[in-house]
Amino acid sequence: MKDQLDLFEVFVRARRGLDHKHVGSLHAEDHEQALEYARDVYTRRSEGVSIWVVRSADICASQEDDSESFFDPSDDKPYRHATYYQLPEAVKNM
Amino acid sequence: MTPEQNFMRKIEAEEKIEPKDWMPDAYRKNLVRQVSQHAHSEVIGMQPEGNWITRAPSLRRKAILLSKVQDEGGHGLYLYSACETLGVAREELVAAMQQGIAKYASIFNYPAQTWADVGAIGWLVDGAAIVNQVSLQRTSYGPYSRAMIRICKEESFHQRQGFEIMLVLASGSPEQQAMAQDALNRFYWPSLMMFGPHDAESAHSARSMQWKIKRETNDDLRQKFIDQTAEQVKVLGLTHPDRDLKWNAERGHYDSGDIDWDEFYNVINGNGHANRQRLAHHIQAHEEGAWVREAMSAYKARRKALTAQQAA
Amino acid sequence: MTDQDLRQATQAYAVRLGDDALILGHRLSEWTSRAPFLEEDLALQNVALDYIGRARMFYGYAAELSADGRTEDDFAYLRDARQFSNLLIHELPRGDFAFTMARQLLTDVFSSLYLEQLLRSTDATLAGIAAKAAKETRYHLRRSREWALRLGDGTDESHARMVRAIDELWGYTHELFELDALEQQLADAGIGVDNAALRPAWLKQVSAILTEATLRVPEDSWVVRGGRTGYHTENLGHILSEMQSVHRAYPGVSW
Repeated sequence: MKDQLDLFEVFVRARRGLDHKHVGSLHAEDHEQALEYARDVYTRRSEGVSIWVVRSADICASQEDDSESFFDPSDDKPYRHATYYQLPEAVKNM
Repeated sequence: MTPEQNFMRKIEAEEKIEPKDWMPDAYRKNLVRQVSQHAHSEVIGMQPEGNWITRAPSLRRKAILLSKVQDEGGHGLYLYSACETLGVAREELVAAMQQGIAKYASIFNYPAQTWADVGAIGWLVDGAAIVNQVSLQRTSYGPYSRAMIRICKEESFHQRQGFEIMLVLASGSPEQQAMAQDALNRFYWPSLMMFGPHDAESAHSARSMQWKIKRETNDDLRQKFIDQTAEQVKVLGLTHPDRDLKWNAERGHYDSGDIDWDEFYNVINGNGHANRQRLAHHIQAHEEGAWVREAMSAYKARRKALTAQQAA
Repeated sequence: MTDQDLRQATQAYAVRLGDDALILGHRLSEWTSRAPFLEEDLALQNVALDYIGRARMFYGYAAELSADGRTEDDFAYLRDARQFSNLLIHELPRGDFAFTMARQLLTDVFSSLYLEQLLRSTDATLAGIAAKAAKETRYHLRRSREWALRLGDGTDESHARMVRAIDELWGYTHELFELDALEQQLADAGIGVDNAALRPAWLKQVSAILTEATLRVPEDSWVVRGGRTGYHTENLGHILSEMQSVHRAYPGVSW
C-alpha cells in the first residue's frame, strides 16, 4: 500500500493542568512524523503545550450497541454523585 | 425502538450522531458527499490565492497570505479527517475528485487575475463560506460539527484580511480603486452562487435539512450574505454590482437582482477559466509526489525489518 | 572603526541576512499546493513563513539603523538583482522534493550553528532575532534530517535523486563559510559571526547525517561564489521580477 500513509489520532493539551483533548486526525508514516505534522496542522496558533498521537487502528472503542450494558448500570447509583446528599443549612460547603 | 427510530430520536433531540452510531446508509452517503466536497474546496481553494504568494506587494501581505493559504490546507485536512470517520479513506476521496466524480466549489474555477482579486476572495468568497460554516457548526454529525467550530474560529481573520486589502485599495490611487471595483464586479455574483441553487431546485437540500446535516436553506443563507455585503460595499465606497439591489423595509432584507444561473451551470460544467487548470495542478502535484511517498514506505519497511532482526 | 562605521556595517549585515531569509522563503513558498501530500504542504508553508518572518525582522532592523525613512518593503521590493546580497544557494530553483530537502538540510545545519553564535552578538537586536530563529531552526533541522534519511535510504529512485541534489548543491556551500572585509570587521567587533570557524562542525554534522542516510559527501571539485557582492545566478532576476512586479507597477502607493 504505497499510496496510503497510516492514520493517526491527535490529542492536544491546551495548557498545563488540562487533559489532552482529541482534536482530529492526520496521515503520517510513523509516530515521529505524526507528532511533527500534528504541530503544523493542529497548533498553528499556539493551541498546545503537549501533543499525543495514537495510530487510529490502535484505538479500541466501545460500540453504540453495547451502550446499554456499558453505561446504564451507572444510572441507578445516584449516591455516587455529591448532589445526592442533603446537607444541613449550617454546613455551607463540603 | 428500531435503530432507525433511535437515530431519528437523536436527530430530533439535537443530539449529535457519532462515528460508531448506527446511521442510515443514505445519511452516511450524503455526509461523505458534502464533507468531502467541502474538503476538496478548501484544498483546491489554495490555488487561486497561492498563485499570488510570490507576488504579494508587501512583506506583511505576503506573510498574511501565506498563513491564510496554509489555513485553507489545514481546514481541508480537518474535513478529510471528519470524513474518514465515516469509513472512507482520504485517498479514495481525493481520487474521486481527481476523476471528476466528486466536486469542489465552483467559485475556484474563476481566475485570480489581479492583487485585488486576493482581497475580493478573502472578503467575499471566505465571507460567503463563513456564513455557511457558522450555520454548519450545528450540523448533526459530531466530527463535522467539531471541524466546523474549529474552522470558524480560525477563519474569522480570513475575511478581515481580505476586506482590509479592499479597504486599502478602495481608498488608494485611482488605479487601485479601479482594480478593487473590477474585482468586486467579477467576484460578487459567483459568491452568491456559492450558496447553491434556489431551495426549490436544490437536489440534496430537503433531505439534508431533515437530517440536520444542513441547518439553514440555501436561500436564507444567501440572504444573510447579501444583507451583510450591501453594508460593507458602502463602507468601501465602491459601486454595488447589483443595480437592482434595494432595501425592503417590510421584509427587513435587501431585495436583489436575478442570479444568472446559466453562467453558474456553465462554469460547473467545465467552461470556467480554471476548471482544467485546477484539476491538472492537483493531479500533477500528486503524481510528482508519488516517488516521495514510495520512498517513505520503503524506508519504513526497511526500518521495521531491521528492528525485527535486532529483536530476533 | 567609528560607531558610525559600525552602525553602517551592521545595517548592511542585517540586509544580507534579510536577503538570505527572503529568497529562501520565496523558494519554499513556491511549494504551496504542490507538496507530495497535504500534511507536508502545511509543514513546508510553516518553514516558509518562518523565513519570511525572519526577513522582516532583519529588514526591519536594517531600516531602523538606516534612519532614512526606508521600510522593510523598500529593501525587498525596490532593489535590483545586483543589489541583492543573498548567498547563491538560496536562489537556486526549488527543483524536486529531494533538491528542496537537501538544500534545507545543508542550510539548516549551517543555520543552527550560525544562529547559536549570533545569539551571543553584542548587538542586542541581532541576538534577539537569532534567539527566535534558532528555535525555529531546531525544528527545521529535525525535519530535514529525517527527510534526508527517508529519501536517502528509501527507494533507488529517491536515493538517486538525493545524490544528484547533494552534488548539485555542494559547490554552493563553500560560500556559507567565507567572510568579506565587512563581515570580518563585525565578527572581530563581536557583532557578527565568524562563519569560517563553523565549517568543521558543519562538515562533521552533515557527513554524519549523509552517512546515516546511505549518502556520501561529494568531492570539492567546483565552487561558485559571489552572492554577497551581488554576483548572482540568472535565477535571482526571475525571482525578483515576479516578487516585485505588483509593488513596482504602482509606485509609491500603500498596500
